Amino acid sequence: MPRYRLPASEVRRVWREGHGGLPVEEKSVPGLDEDTATMAIEAARNALARGQVSPTDLRAVWVGSESHPYAVKPTSTIVAEAIGATPEVSAADWEFACKAGTEALQAAFALVGSQMADYAMAIGMDTAQARPADALEYTAAAGGAAFIVGPLDQSLAYLEGSCSFATDTPDFFRRAYQHYPEHGGRFTGQPAYFKHITNAVRALLEELGHQPADFAAAVFHQPNAKFPQRAAKMLGFSPAQIETGLLSPVIGNTYAGSSMLGLTAVLDEAKPGDRVLLASFGSGAGSDAFSFVVTDRIQGRQRQAPTTQAYIARRKPIDYAIYARHRKKLLVR
Amino acid sequence: MREVHIIGIGQTRAGEQWERSFRDLAVEAIQAALQDANVAEVDALYVGNMLSGELVAQQHLGALLADWSGIGTIEALRVEAADASGAAALRMGYLAVASGAQEMVLVCGVEKTTDADDAWTKAAWASALDAEYEAAQGLSMPAAAGLIMRRYMHEVKVEREAFAPFAVTAHANGANNPYAMYQRPISAGAYAKAAMVADPVSVFDVAPLCDGAAALVLCPSDRFSDRATKPIRIAASAVATDRVAVHSRRDPLFLQSAYLSARQAYNQAGVQPHDIGLFELHDAFSILAVLSLEACGFAERGQGTKLAQEGAIGLQGRIPISTMGGLKARGHPIGATGIYQIAEVVTQLRGEAGANQVDARLGMTQSLGGTGGTAITHILHP
Repeated sequence: MPRYRLPASEVRRVWREGHGGLPVEEKSVPGLDEDTATMAIEAARNALARGQVSPTDLRAVWVGSESHPYAVKPTSTIVAEAIGATPEVSAADWEFACKAGTEALQAAFALVGSQMADYAMAIGMDTAQARPADALEYTAAAGGAAFIVGPLDQSLAYLEGSCSFATDTPDFFRRAYQHYPEHGGRFTGQPAYFKHITNAVRALLEELGHQPADFAAAVFHQPNAKFPQRAAKMLGFSPAQIETGLLSPVIGNTYAGSSMLGLTAVLDEAKPGDRVLLASFGSGAGSDAFSFVVTDRIQGRQRQAPTTQAYIARRKPIDYAIYARHRKKLLVR
Repeated sequence: MREVHIIGIGQTRAGEQWERSFRDLAVEAIQAALQDANVAEVDALYVGNMLSGELVAQQHLGALLADWSGIGTIEALRVEAADASGAAALRMGYLAVASGAQEMVLVCGVEKTTDADDAWTKAAWASALDAEYEAAQGLSMPAAAGLIMRRYMHEVKVEREAFAPFAVTAHANGANNPYAMYQRPISAGAYAKAAMVADPVSVFDVAPLCDGAAALVLCPSDRFSDRATKPIRIAASAVATDRVAVHSRRDPLFLQSAYLSARQAYNQAGVQPHDIGLFELHDAFSILAVLSLEACGFAERGQGTKLAQEGAIGLQGRIPISTMGGLKARGHPIGATGIYQIAEVVTQLRGEAGANQVDARLGMTQSLGGTGGTAITHILHP
């Protein structure tokens, strides 16, 4: 994630004159030369370092985002070329609000599992834009993660199973000509986030015959601090189980990167044998749920690239004016 | 004029009913009331609603709901008095039966607030204020209540915490009402820490706008069906108005409309305030609850919060209010609220209030429009 941080208290100072509660402490803000493509390249390189895989072995480089730099022109080809994975590669861009990355990950497992590829890379990355003065301005942040899916005997964690749950529920959307998204206020809660995440996770647990207690850690999509805490409680997971993967209080909502960064934070500290739940949520709406089991191979790889906490610690606070400049909210022409 | 009785009630759960449409809610309440009354046909329908045009792009509610509830091509009209629309619809239904113009009448209050986003709904609610002199100047309903509450605190010299019993009582009672939006108690401590909506109005000083529908079946004495549950007589029905804009009122801290409407109701029923066993008042804002108690003669001017702090407003107190949660905990599905209040008093007088049962012979309801531009009072007895 980028190094700049906008304290939520700054957003409140500018728009609420100091009144009202704060959904997070601060959020990450991209620099002037950062976008989804540049950040995806950096994450991809970190993944290659931990995976100890040659980029030319990647048969897919898939990037999921709701802030692809172009409306038409793939981000994935920029990333694939930059990391040296082209030309014998499937490059593709994915979108589904905040679950654009996990659906790419799910499909990457299918690609490798079907033996169409030995290695596939899936990335979830965003530089989310929020309407000034909107409630989401406190949390719309930037960041994400890349994963390389490959053969079981080289894996740092393997997939036990994955379930998805999707309905046509327009809780949050943006038309092509609009600069900022619209959202349904409280409609984004129970009928959207909670309904889809809990159904996907319950289906997964039933399918695999698992209980919440079987998991060392659980990661939920984190648009703020409260939603994932409540989802955990509804499903029977303890605060301790979600603690390591709960980053939104200090980095905000990284959209397509949100649950995936929670997973990297968990994997940075995971022990062999740990079972980890991942459940994303994308507005519109859907949830992808996964169960992973960590292998012995993870030891010795965790420190091969900067950890999630290292990225979190690398911070430079900015004020609202610099944030407005970085996010190009000031018209200069 | 003939005596009018309530022989059936129906309610939906009030709250965020994401999966139910406007007409779904109304039909559910109407069907429940008809079933409760054991009545298949009615002669007229009066619909109470404030914001259907703005929030669900639907007007023409009388005809629409007569059709959709399957009750046919009868007289059907919509009645509006801002937050008191439900009670206003009852007033019209009452007059239709009392005058002899109609025999069996259905009254339904319905509101669907969750199809529009919060900002839009709140802006629409502000049309209960004076559009040119209040709303256009930036006043919202919570802000108007905030001005009144702040003035009250200044003149009467009470702190915010003095208003806590209203939210605490409402939530304690809502916990036992399956139709209530909020069914969990809150503590005075939670009230003290509540975030501000329009200082000094906190989130616990304003009732939640929400979805809901409630309905009643009215008839004269000679139309009780054999299997009807205990009929409840409407002993009084009175409407009074006051200047809509708070700044135009003779005294911004006195609800003239509530005073006049209650006085007329007491006269009609031949009773005094001390005869009233429970009072479903209009606690859209805790300050309005306080002023209602004072205007209706349950507390002296400036003593409304003291009455509450003495415990008089609880189920065991001498003037129980919000016995099934009030607007604060049951919810405020704006145009439906006045009918919920009636349904709740009917439930009490039938002895069906369960853990919230009050031993009362007379129940009173009062619905206010906006900040008190309209007050509609009914007194019921078994």
